[in-house]
Amino acid sequence: MSAGAAKGLPSLARRLLPFVTGIGMIVAWYVVCLSLSADQRFLLPTPHEVARAFVDKGPALWGAALNTGGGALLGFVLAVCLSFVFALFLSLSPLVRASFYPYLMILQMTPIIVIAPILILWVGPGLKSVVIITFLICFFPMVVNTTQGLISTDRNLVALFTMCKATKWQEVLLLRVPSALPYFFTGLRIAATLAPIGAIVGDYIAGNSAGGQGGLGFLTIIYSSQFQMGALFATAAVGCLLGFIFVAGVIALSWLALHKWHDSFSQADN
Amino acid sequence: MRQEAPLPIVELRDVDKRYGDGPLILDKVGFAAARGDFITLIGPSGCGKSTILKLISGLSPISSGRIVVDGLEPARAVEKLAFVFQEPTLLPWRTVAQNVEVPLRLHGSDPVARSEVVKKSLSLVGLADRMDYYPRQLSGGQKMRVSIARALSVSPRILLLDEPFGALDEMTRDHLNEELLAIRQQLAWTAFFVTHSVAEAVFLSNRIIVLSANPGRVHSEVRVDFPYPRTEETRESAGFQKLVAEVSKILRSVERLHA
Repeated sequence: MSAGAAKGLPSLARRLLPFVTGIGMIVAWYVVCLSLSADQRFLLPTPHEVARAFVDKGPALWGAALNTGGGALLGFVLAVCLSFVFALFLSLSPLVRASFYPYLMILQMTPIIVIAPILILWVGPGLKSVVIITFLICFFPMVVNTTQGLISTDRNLVALFTMCKATKWQEVLLLRVPSALPYFFTGLRIAATLAPIGAIVGDYIAGNSAGGQGGLGFLTIIYSSQFQMGALFATAAVGCLLGFIFVAGVIALSWLALHKWHDSFSQADN
Repeated sequence: MRQEAPLPIVELRDVDKRYGDGPLILDKVGFAAARGDFITLIGPSGCGKSTILKLISGLSPISSGRIVVDGLEPARAVEKLAFVFQEPTLLPWRTVAQNVEVPLRLHGSDPVARSEVVKKSLSLVGLADRMDYYPRQLSGGQKMRVSIARALSVSPRILLLDEPFGALDEMTRDHLNEELLAIRQQLAWTAFFVTHSVAEAVFLSNRIIVLSANPGRVHSEVRVDFPYPRTEETRESAGFQKLVAEVSKILRSVERLHA
């Protein structure tokens, strides 16, 4: 319970360290910018040009971020729900897993960039395509991790439940699902980093004919065609921020679910 | 000589066990336990001691022969049994009290009665003040105590213990041995106990069954006649030391058989 009491100053220094490296990187950035010849200058905007782009393109960026974020969230939630059900199904027996895993792998190996145009032809451009592409990209890590968790239950605990004449439902709900939670959250964390990327890729391919509903991918197309380097950097930063928000959300959820009992959140005194 | 009880509570007759097409694990194993017996199974690794517990509990079927548990087949007698595993085998996301409650909850017993039993079981193992702790907040010995309290919560007539104290340090182990006997004094179950430690076997049991390995067979039986309750003094007595030496010698000869 006395964690960190003895290391007040070093921990403060540790917290400041990322800011120090950040400032160092910005300085290095300026140095590179200033060393570029005049005709190459447009390739790399200075940090303040990027900041300017944030202000100038603010409304467009935030609107696009909301569209992309919404699509990413929908696809992500859909992937989480369906992957959970599918993982429960896969956990039934090795036979079921053997018959479905190859196809799951095929789905994962097929490049999204090729699937996307097909999807657009099927469901039309816009949000629907973005959601499905995000779903496809998040589904695999979720299924694999959750299934692994569901089949890794302590064998003695299963024996205990068997001896207590637990029903299959009791075994799944009271034993297999809770013990799979740490695995589930590992999958969730991976999926959370992929969701915004999936949505932006989806939007890049499927968003352009959606009129005002375009997201960050759509903005990327516009800004790159106009050589607006500052705006492109700003768009990248917003995409990055979106990723951080997703991951932070998942970390908060896993803290809520696990911190009381799981070793990954244990106190230093244990 | 000890009086043989008229009806054994557990009886194994010519029990063979193999897993699938694998080698024979147990070969014509037979012995009977009278009510209140504390039987320790001891032998070299691969002698199938843990397998015998699994067969009695009905967790694993026998290949041939017969096991009768309180007049029933093992799978039908499962309510009369409780198993204590090598590891504490607790649900880490449940508190101590909730862990002890698991078997009762699965049996669907009434919540009010449940909490009474949980309290009683936990005070038997001296952890009544740790009800709301999570397993990771407990020491190894405390976790094992919770595991025992959980086994006791179903009021078993037969307790199967598979090397429950094997991972603990000697002091904790001795202490838990004494506690286990003290609880037995109150609740009077029949116990089957698997261990590698001869001293533990001699201290706890009234009968030690020595098994030989590959395949597992009953080699011999040693009776331990020290009166219960046994205490620290029992462990220090010359008779105890002598018997430990004797059983160790038998065990060594059994192990040499396979060397």
